[in-house]
Amino acid sequence: MGRKLLLDKAHIENIRYYDVYRANGGYESAEKALKMTPELVLDEVKKSGLRGRGGAGFPTGMKWSFIAKPEGVPRYLVCNADESEPGTFKDRYLMEFLPHLLIEGLLISSYTLGANSCYIYIRGEYAWIPDILEEAIADAKKNGWLGKNIKGTGFDLEIYVQRGAGAYICGEETALIESLEGKRGNPRIKPPFPAIKGLWDCPTVVNNVETLAAIVPIMRIGGEEYAKYGTGKSTGTKLISACGNINKPGVYEIEMNISVEEFIYSEEYCGGIANGKRLKACIPGGSSVPIVPANLLLKTAKGETRMMTYESLSDGGFATGTMMGSGGFIVLDEDQCIVKNTLTFARFYHHESCGQCSPCREGTGWMERVLKNIEKGKGKMSDIDLLWDIQRKIEGNTICPLGDAAAWPVAAAIRHFRDEFEWHVLNPEESQVRNFGLAHYADPLEIAAPATV
Amino acid sequence: MFSEAKLNKVKEIIARYPQGKQKSALLPVLHLAQEEFGGWLSAETMDYVASLLQITPIEVYEVATFYSMFNMKPVGKYVFEVCHTGPCMLRGSDNIVDYIKKKLDIGVGETTKDGLFTLKTVECLGACGYAPMMQLGKHFREHLTPERVDEIINECRVNAN
Repeated sequence: MGRKLLLDKAHIENIRYYDVYRANGGYESAEKALKMTPELVLDEVKKSGLRGRGGAGFPTGMKWSFIAKPEGVPRYLVCNADESEPGTFKDRYLMEFLPHLLIEGLLISSYTLGANSCYIYIRGEYAWIPDILEEAIADAKKNGWLGKNIKGTGFDLEIYVQRGAGAYICGEETALIESLEGKRGNPRIKPPFPAIKGLWDCPTVVNNVETLAAIVPIMRIGGEEYAKYGTGKSTGTKLISACGNINKPGVYEIEMNISVEEFIYSEEYCGGIANGKRLKACIPGGSSVPIVPANLLLKTAKGETRMMTYESLSDGGFATGTMMGSGGFIVLDEDQCIVKNTLTFARFYHHESCGQCSPCREGTGWMERVLKNIEKGKGKMSDIDLLWDIQRKIEGNTICPLGDAAAWPVAAAIRHFRDEFEWHVLNPEESQVRNFGLAHYADPLEIAAPATV
Repeated sequence: MFSEAKLNKVKEIIARYPQGKQKSALLPVLHLAQEEFGGWLSAETMDYVASLLQITPIEVYEVATFYSMFNMKPVGKYVFEVCHTGPCMLRGSDNIVDYIKKKLDIGVGETTKDGLFTLKTVECLGACGYAPMMQLGKHFREHLTPERVDEIINECRVNAN
């Protein structure tokens, strides 16, 4: 069994309630942190090597150290609970079943940053979760963990829950801030970064739910000890939300030292491919990360075992690798159509584009239309090159990363599955009644010879 | 017009933000308004929300039209919002959408003649591991099968009476 730090107590009945959480060691990390100076807490977070769990993987301690501290200006902590990346449903699990873990994390983090107000911005569709969070906030307050002069430290904190209303883009931190200010979720041009000018133009840190929850075990065992979990720069544990054609979809906490193969096939995690089918492809970090065929998923192009770490998943760059992303692990079996799957993602990004930047606004819709034609057996060979051309022109040419997120899945699908796209074009009628199947996508790859200097 | 209780709720929401930042209450108050005034936001409703928050009506319109959860036209009493993004598609959401269409004799985006049901397809709702799924009001209905859809439709019909 892998070691757990976040879900180690998830099996305890009623752990979502204050008394049970407290009786099982809850708020002991907060007790410890509140006796330290904010600077020392920050040191622990830096030592832990914790990287943002929302998708970008930016070192949390470094992000916190950027926050501006002008005299007399309030600072804010915003918890990004706008979980919307297709394939990702891990934060929902934390909030539903371990709300106090998040609140304790918010308390320690706010104390460290010197923020007296904290907002949890949760996607609007998770409509029943604010009730759970608000009940937990009220109980924490009743027990002196929120409000004025917390545990006699002189530190004040209020936590508020704000619901979004259906917009993927609000997961982008500046769009989230705009939305929290009661506006459309249009990302801001950076700089200035939120750490300097964020919510209501005040210094603001925006962190993902899982990142903020991870502060609790970091304080419990210490930053150095936390960094001993995992591998290399992928320290600690990561929640992976596994879905698609597997036997046991769900949220798993992994220590970042297991192989992708173990994650998919072992009984402890996904339990193998559903219905006795074979693995065709996988999108291991949420819809925006590159899709890879089975043969590149389990082994890197160098022939090494692919591990569930930031470094190993991205080994080979976009040519032969992918990304850890948000941990939204989507598995496709041999009966799945890559063109159809890519089409649903293109449609998603078209729907979710905020419309500010023309490459994204126009390009995402264009890609969707071209993909729809190919999928319906009405495509031309030149459409495949056209798709490649469009995605190239979106990537890197937009204010926020949504453009890249829309371009990457299309690029990777063509890069690795071009013959499946061509088959659709060349067999318009057959492609309407059957799928391309597994083809050669699980065949062992020839190991590239090391480059000679 | 909101009831006294709802108006107090609006005040409570506004108090979460610093003085003068009451515009931040816009999304929560629009959610309240949609619940209260028939499941959608008419121009009158949006103007009313603008007056409550002391902002201009256009500030409300531009926000209401941006977010997919706000309905700009009337919908049925029960709105089936079926996810059809990749992970749900892989688990057969197309079949679920087709089944509901046939069962209720409506297309996507349409409402049944009795005004009871609206069918929508929506993008990823964050329930990929429990696919196929749909949102129905405040809650998710997961692991959908045709049988499960039948049960949900019956449940709605019973509750409507």
